[in-house]
Amino acid sequence: MSTPPDITQASLYAKREPVFNHRIDGRFRRIKWAIMALCLAVYWVTPWLRWNRGPYAPDQAVLVDLGHRRFYMFGIEIWPHEFYFVAGLLIMAGIGLFLVTSAVGRAWCGYACPQTVWTDLFQHVDRLIDGDRNARFKLYKAPWGPAKIARRLVKWSIYLAISFATGGAWIYYFADAPTLQRAFWSGTADPVAYATVATLTATTFVLGGFMREQVCIYMCPWPRIQTAMTDEKSLTVTYKDFRGEPRASVKKAQKAPGAFGDCIDCNQCVAVCPTGIDIRQGPQVGCITCALCIDACDRVMKDVGRPRGLIDYATLEDSEREKAGQPPTRHLRLIWRPRTIAYFGVWAGSGLALLFLLGTRVHTGLTVAKDRNPPYILMSDGSVRNAYTLRVRNMQGRPRAMEIAIEGLPGAAMWTDDTARADAARSLVRTVPADATQALRVYVVAPASTAKQDFAFRVQAQDEARETALSEVTFDKPQEARP
Amino acid sequence: MAEKHGADIKGRLDKATQTETVGHEWDGIEELNTPLPRWWLWTFYACIVFALGYCVVYPAWPMLSSATQGTLGWTSRGELDKDMKAAAAARAKTVAALADMPIDELPKHPELMRAAVAGGAAAFRINCVQCHGAGAAGSKGFPNLNDDDWLWGGDLATIETTLLHGIRQPGDEATRMSVMPNFGSDGLLAPAQIDAVADHVLSLSGKARRNAEGAKLFADNCAVCHGPAGKGSRQFGAPDLTDAIWLDGGSKAEVVAQIGKPHMGVMPAWNGRLDPVTIKMLAAYVHSLGGGEQTPTPEPAPQP
Ligand code: SF4
Ligand code: SF4
Repeated sequence: MSTPPDITQASLYAKREPVFNHRIDGRFRRIKWAIMALCLAVYWVTPWLRWNRGPYAPDQAVLVDLGHRRFYMFGIEIWPHEFYFVAGLLIMAGIGLFLVTSAVGRAWCGYACPQTVWTDLFQHVDRLIDGDRNARFKLYKAPWGPAKIARRLVKWSIYLAISFATGGAWIYYFADAPTLQRAFWSGTADPVAYATVATLTATTFVLGGFMREQVCIYMCPWPRIQTAMTDEKSLTVTYKDFRGEPRASVKKAQKAPGAFGDCIDCNQCVAVCPTGIDIRQGPQVGCITCALCIDACDRVMKDVGRPRGLIDYATLEDSEREKAGQPPTRHLRLIWRPRTIAYFGVWAGSGLALLFLLGTRVHTGLTVAKDRNPPYILMSDGSVRNAYTLRVRNMQGRPRAMEIAIEGLPGAAMWTDDTARADAARSLVRTVPADATQALRVYVVAPASTAKQDFAFRVQAQDEARETALSEVTFDKPQEARP
Repeated sequence: MAEKHGADIKGRLDKATQTETVGHEWDGIEELNTPLPRWWLWTFYACIVFALGYCVVYPAWPMLSSATQGTLGWTSRGELDKDMKAAAAARAKTVAALADMPIDELPKHPELMRAAVAGGAAAFRINCVQCHGAGAAGSKGFPNLNDDDWLWGGDLATIETTLLHGIRQPGDEATRMSVMPNFGSDGLLAPAQIDAVADHVLSLSGKARRNAEGAKLFADNCAVCHGPAGKGSRQFGAPDLTDAIWLDGGSKAEVVAQIGKPHMGVMPAWNGRLDPVTIKMLAAYVHSLGGGEQTPTPEPAPQP
């Protein structure tokens, strides 16, 4: 136990303890490399994939077109009024978080979170430029001189280059990538593009290069949520203190066999930890479950000839069982339990529902707004006129003729502001351009004897599929007949 | 129960976390000294500095009659003024094009037409709703501009003329002038005669039985303006008495009242009060309400 710090020296702030983590190889390290490579590859390649949508829509496979309020994803095109798909995906992401967290703890933090990926990347840059743990520590302590400044400048330039290449590439998702690429480098891109790249580069540079584990510990809300969602049945990185304690060096343990645990107090688990914590103090918010300490300890155990797994993925419940002398349960068995199955069911159900909606949605739409002021107009021949604004949507990549018809309301006819009343009819045909909404002001006139009632406008595409959309509205007339 | 202070517990290490305490205890709960990270603190200080700077640069502190001015001289009114000027500049091209164009040409230019209708709708809400109502549906004595019944004519140019010169405006040579004699109050017709004429008028749209006396009186006194068949005349702004629309009410009593002491509406001459382009826009808007004649408005362009 350390001596109590001098409280009179306590300051208002804590200086960050920099983390100089040790290089480690092992299976989890390799998994992390693989996931990092996969994430970055998907991230970089996606905006460059093409998808032919004909002459009426962009040919970028994945594109968030904010200007035209469209979201393209391969064969799927989402319109603003179909935002429920995005909401559904968010719900799935939420339930997916429950699922993963209840099954394997903070796996997101350890492997897939961009902050983790960047921290990892930048720590490798540190290692490349400044050397491993001890060299970095020494350099950190060394006074500023030309050599140190030069090294720092080189390192920060590399940080900056990585930040630009990773954070900055985000803009390619919002515009045609090849065009934007050319415009960007010839200085003719939209200022918004430069501002976005500058902002994302700067945040990546600061958060990944300098703040690192501080983001995970102080800024990120995720760990709070996740720690609240793990329970004694969740797989997390655990130091098996019943097996490790009391600790002693190999030499000491040899002198008194049986008196000590398996931990040889070599501190390797602390040295490799990217957030600089000691897992042997138990589960803590600083631990992102990256499992590098498992790699480190397994290697030590191998070197000293003891079984691996002193630090391992384990559940608190299973640790208790193991402590009581039973062999540890297989991980798959631990994951597969009612809670995770329930989450998986809800998650998969939402996914299937979304797929169903996606498969059955109609590419023709109609919304009708009725004029409320005035609700009706009396015409000189005694008939009654109501006005409506129709929005006819053609959600396909080709222009389509649409027939708009009155359904119900006997004796009624309609004309629009581009046709004469003399040509009033029960239906009319308009060609709606590809991927567009056409607004149409429609006047419906009905004989004086018509009662106030509901009727509908029906839109039907004049093609093979003959998709239809229906919209109910009210036809108003004077309350009482005029004397 | 009592709050303990002082050196006895100050700096003690908390058992569970090995963090030192700051020396406060309440019911056995002690406050741990867990300092903020340094960057956090500096961010906080930076915010304070920013706030102070903001107070200096922008108007901030309320004084007796106004607020501190701020060294930038920024005001929300100034900002609004800038926005208005920018908006006017953005509109300038449309306004210039509208100024040069005879209103009959407008339907050939869908873009301009749309701009004119939008501008007219805005101007209508300021200048015209007082009489014609927010939806231009009028009320008794104030014409409904949505329908297909026009006193003076319903094509673009005619509407524009009505707007420019108004109705019964003294001092405007070109104003719309319609006069209907006070048949009752001036003693031109006896009450029984007025009653007969009213019946005749109502009979034109099938609301009363025809009567010979009324028909004769009508031919002698009313046909000059309203036409022998009562179809009205746009030249005099005389309403069509055969249709279903009654500007001043279509009940017997209302018709009798209108013959006896006619109510005659007025409308300001907007020429000189509003600029010619705004008047053109108003005409386009009124024309677009669904009853416009002759020059149909163009098909709206598709929305992207
Ligand atoms: S304690 Fe282990 S699992 Fe947790 S962050 Fe550190 S190295 Fe990763
Ligand atoms: S790496 Fe393993 S043996 Fe070494 S200190 Fe950590 S737990 Fe103990």
